[in-house]
Amino acid sequence: MFEKFKYQFSIFIVLCFTISTFIILVPEVFLKSNIYISYLSIIPFTAFLALSLTPLIIAKEIDLSFPSIMALSGFVFSQTYISFENTALSVFLCLLVGCLAGLFNAFIIVKLKVPSIIATIGSQFLFRGLTMILSDGRALSFIDIKDTFLNDLLVGPWFFFPAQAFWLIVFAVFLYFILFRHKFGNSILFIGSDIKTCKMMGINTNKVRMFLFVQMGFISALCSIFLCLEMGSWWPSNGEGYLLLVFASIFIGGTSVFGGSGTIFGTLIGAIIIGIIESGIIAVGLDGFYTRFVYGVIILIAVCTHSKLLKKGNDD
Amino acid sequence: MQKVLELKNITKSFNKMKVLNNISFSLYSNEIIAILGDNGAGKSTLIKTLSGLVHADSGEMLVNSKKIDIKKYSISQARENGIETVYQDNSLGLEQEIHRNIFLGREITNIFGFIDINKQKIESMKLLKGFLGLKGLGLSSSSQVSSLSGGERQGLVIARAVYFDAKLVILDEPTRSLAIKEVKKVLDFIKELKNHNKSAIFITHNILHAYEVCSRFILIDRGEIKADINKSDISVQDLQNKLINIESL
Repeated sequence: MFEKFKYQFSIFIVLCFTISTFIILVPEVFLKSNIYISYLSIIPFTAFLALSLTPLIIAKEIDLSFPSIMALSGFVFSQTYISFENTALSVFLCLLVGCLAGLFNAFIIVKLKVPSIIATIGSQFLFRGLTMILSDGRALSFIDIKDTFLNDLLVGPWFFFPAQAFWLIVFAVFLYFILFRHKFGNSILFIGSDIKTCKMMGINTNKVRMFLFVQMGFISALCSIFLCLEMGSWWPSNGEGYLLLVFASIFIGGTSVFGGSGTIFGTLIGAIIIGIIESGIIAVGLDGFYTRFVYGVIILIAVCTHSKLLKKGNDD
Repeated sequence: MQKVLELKNITKSFNKMKVLNNISFSLYSNEIIAILGDNGAGKSTLIKTLSGLVHADSGEMLVNSKKIDIKKYSISQARENGIETVYQDNSLGLEQEIHRNIFLGREITNIFGFIDINKQKIESMKLLKGFLGLKGLGLSSSSQVSSLSGGERQGLVIARAVYFDAKLVILDEPTRSLAIKEVKKVLDFIKELKNHNKSAIFITHNILHAYEVCSRFILIDRGEIKADINKSDISVQDLQNKLINIESL
């Protein structure tokens, strides 16, 4: 049992250690519920994106364009809401744009056979540029959206409990069952392990890979809706800060950069660790500049541990 | 005896170069034959054609006396017709669990596509202990395939073919780059196929391996069948000489 879940255990211990350290250093902050409620409202944004990207990394693909998809779809959501004050239409168009952006990536990567890292570097500029052109670089404010049913449903709060944390758990459980209990997830694992094997076993690998990029676009758009609802506004720079945090969450969580393995639990814990570090450092009284340094230390420890535990990588 | 496979004048060209030229032979039930030839003889193309990876240009293919449309023949059709291929590079996901490898593409699922993991594990253990005869203390169907030896991995792929009730197993150089002990294991697995009433086509460079497990030898050179010999009619030494002098046949 321990052998199978050794990485999950170790990453969970890192989380406990991090929280314990902050409790000891600043008990007046970390022994009160306010900080944890604040975490529950902020961490889901990173966690949603990290969870959605995890199957892509497992399948040996990458998507660097999701922050720009967030910006573009967020703009469509905001502008539609401001123009029509119709939340259902705003949500529909936002998610549609997210899916189309994902499909665009999928077409370039799967059909034109451009490596995903190169294709999504290009598309992230394209989507961000398109957003800037459409929005004229101006932010949008629509604070009245806070009074809508959509806001109550997606971000709440439900009795002080941020609803996005609940939806995150639902999504994580759903993703776990798809990835490890469904035949579609089985195909994802094997595409990451050996795509040739997958093809020989009659699996339509192109279809699976295309779906992965489309779902990444969909979740990016969904995340932008959460963000717009939480803030009551939209900025052209929406999503920009998430790129490295999301990758950090995934790799701290033990997903293999070599493909073929990863865990939903690990990514979730990774996102929580990343989420609590920044405010923890500031609460301790250190300069905010230390945040990235600590991120760096934790990420490197995590990936080295992962490499050691799984004895995988370049053996030279 | 029932014909499991019948090829009539199968021809295949790449860029106007004929790699298979009027290939015709039959394979009967419970028969293991070897296809022998040097590099470039057309063995790989023949396997790919039988496995559904490559479409033949012309000719006829009958599987269990049923005519196959060679232009539309695919991997999944090959499997539906009871043809399984064991490739030299295993066709296994090394970091995945054994049971997932066995059932890849044919998972035991409910109507929503969710896998019955427990059932897969139970069936996998039956295969590991039964066909493969593995009895290690730490052996589990949840173990990664990378924990098996090279020979056991090939055995696992052969066992997978048996489990899914393949009528014909095509073995593409399964003993290549294996240690001597592991080769012995794989040859035993191939012999075991006969006990399960299966037919097999064994493609190899190694005449000794072929002679040990096969009852018939088809010698091909530059896309053409040069000889079709029963084991009872030839010694291993004569077979070797024929293969060396194949151009003069």
